[in-house]
Amino acid sequence: MVSSELRELYQELILDHSKKPRNFRALADANHTAEGFNPLCGDKLKLYLKVEGDVIQDIGFEGSGCAISKASTSMMTASVKGKSVSEAERLFHEFHHMLSGNDAAKMDLSKLGKLTVFAGVSEFPVRVKCATLAWHTLKAGLESDGKVVSTEE
Amino acid sequence: MAGFKRSTAVDSHRNGTRASFDAERHRKDFPILNEKIYGKPLVYLDNAATTQKPKPVIEALSRYYSAGNANIHRGIHYLSQKATDAYDDARTTIQQFLHARDSREIVFVRGATEGINLVAQSYGRNRLTPGDEIVITGLEHHSNIVPWQMLCQQTGARLRVAPVLDNGEVSLDAYEKLLNDRTKLVSIAHVSNALGTINPAKRMIQMAHRVGAPVLLDGAQSAPHLAVDLEDLDCDFFVFSGHKMFAPTGIGVLYGKLDLLEAMPPYQGGGDMISAVSFEKTTYNKVPFKFEAGTPHIAGVIGLGRAIDYVNQIGIDSIFAYEKELLAYATEALLKIPGLRIIGTAKEKASIISFVLADVHPHDIGTILDQEGVAIRAGHHCAMPLMERFKVPATARASFAFYNTKSEIDQLVKAIHSVLEVFG
Repeated sequence: MVSSELRELYQELILDHSKKPRNFRALADANHTAEGFNPLCGDKLKLYLKVEGDVIQDIGFEGSGCAISKASTSMMTASVKGKSVSEAERLFHEFHHMLSGNDAAKMDLSKLGKLTVFAGVSEFPVRVKCATLAWHTLKAGLESDGKVVSTEE
Repeated sequence: MAGFKRSTAVDSHRNGTRASFDAERHRKDFPILNEKIYGKPLVYLDNAATTQKPKPVIEALSRYYSAGNANIHRGIHYLSQKATDAYDDARTTIQQFLHARDSREIVFVRGATEGINLVAQSYGRNRLTPGDEIVITGLEHHSNIVPWQMLCQQTGARLRVAPVLDNGEVSLDAYEKLLNDRTKLVSIAHVSNALGTINPAKRMIQMAHRVGAPVLLDGAQSAPHLAVDLEDLDCDFFVFSGHKMFAPTGIGVLYGKLDLLEAMPPYQGGGDMISAVSFEKTTYNKVPFKFEAGTPHIAGVIGLGRAIDYVNQIGIDSIFAYEKELLAYATEALLKIPGLRIIGTAKEKASIISFVLADVHPHDIGTILDQEGVAIRAGHHCAMPLMERFKVPATARASFAFYNTKSEIDQLVKAIHSVLEVFG
């Protein structure tokens, strides 16, 4: 018997994205890249971004990690593709807030859409970094180039 | 805190092997094993990370703080003398446990990590020169890699690594070939924390001695689980951590051959490590006090002594035999799980099993097992180069102590089936 907390953590959507990650490829024409690393569990990802003007025209990633980190990266890429840099940054803040904020209940999560499937991760403090790694890497990729982001810095 | 007599260990060991091992009885000594995790009984299988503490150790700490607390080696009052005696008795207990020749060869440090750093800086830094070589193995924990890398940077020496075979054993041929007259130090794990491999330490030490290289044996994973006889092994240094053998954190031991320790400069300066200080000149205290600057972890030392008394009462050979039984039982049960692969299949193994499960990441395994009350480690086990060697980002690791039971292993297996249920 699997507990309801676990069912909440490993929802179908998360399992689906972890098994069949979207945008799971290197971009030959990327103009921003960033690497993310979680030394505690060995999650590793490389993010490729093609930003034109203010718009994330294309995004892809490679790497290995746990189901949460892979699904989070996959869903992050799907949700920011075609969005403006400032919209992506807003999503970053809201996502981050959902997982680490104490006032998550009061938050308006509507903008996050499907990304709210990760809300259950906040019940598993040691897994929060798995879910946020992709977003920190995205932020690093947008801000600077080629930097390795570690969850432990 | 009476000094432990070796004959007692032999007697209790004989008793231990006559009767079958009574893990259920020993479990009663560990209060934490009654804890419930998310309403489920705790199944603690993370003993390679740290072990739980038995009542006699907890009580020794409590008794020290409630009835015996004082600083050592300086007071002329009653309590100080009592604390000093307890501290010194623990040193003798450890000396006898490790079969070291002399209690002065036992230096108290914070843990195995500090012991290795002490040897690197105090022994290595003064002796190594550019072109010299330090040999380790591919199995090592970061604490037996990084201090040597730092030493290499400081001295211009070169770090050489004996490769690991597919079954998790060190290639002895390759190891022997690495040894030469430039080898100035060898540092190897007695037991691999990540895979459980028991290295043929005595042979490896003999090989190193043939080229005149002293050997540090990292006993963090061996001392709690198998009999260590330093006289027989003949290693030059040996380290272990108290918290991995039922004692408090923050206390550990460095053993060094007396002549080596005597020739080494102090590692840290301060009180206790001196015999006379003036602003012009300081005369250092004798071994082992030369290496014990500042007020030490007195309670930790007393707790460690008590933990070793406790292990001796059960008998380390009985513990080894019982854990071997657990290992065989767990190995067989785990291998029946579809998609489960054990990393590290050396012929000689301690009670550690590293595994991967189909394409489920160990971190997810760890979270799901935790929900079932089963505590394991998931990650790289502070052995990233070893993970790289086996082309896995991480493994799940179950590690057993003598208080674990076959029914707990059944719980582990059941919990892994929950993982398959989620990811199926």
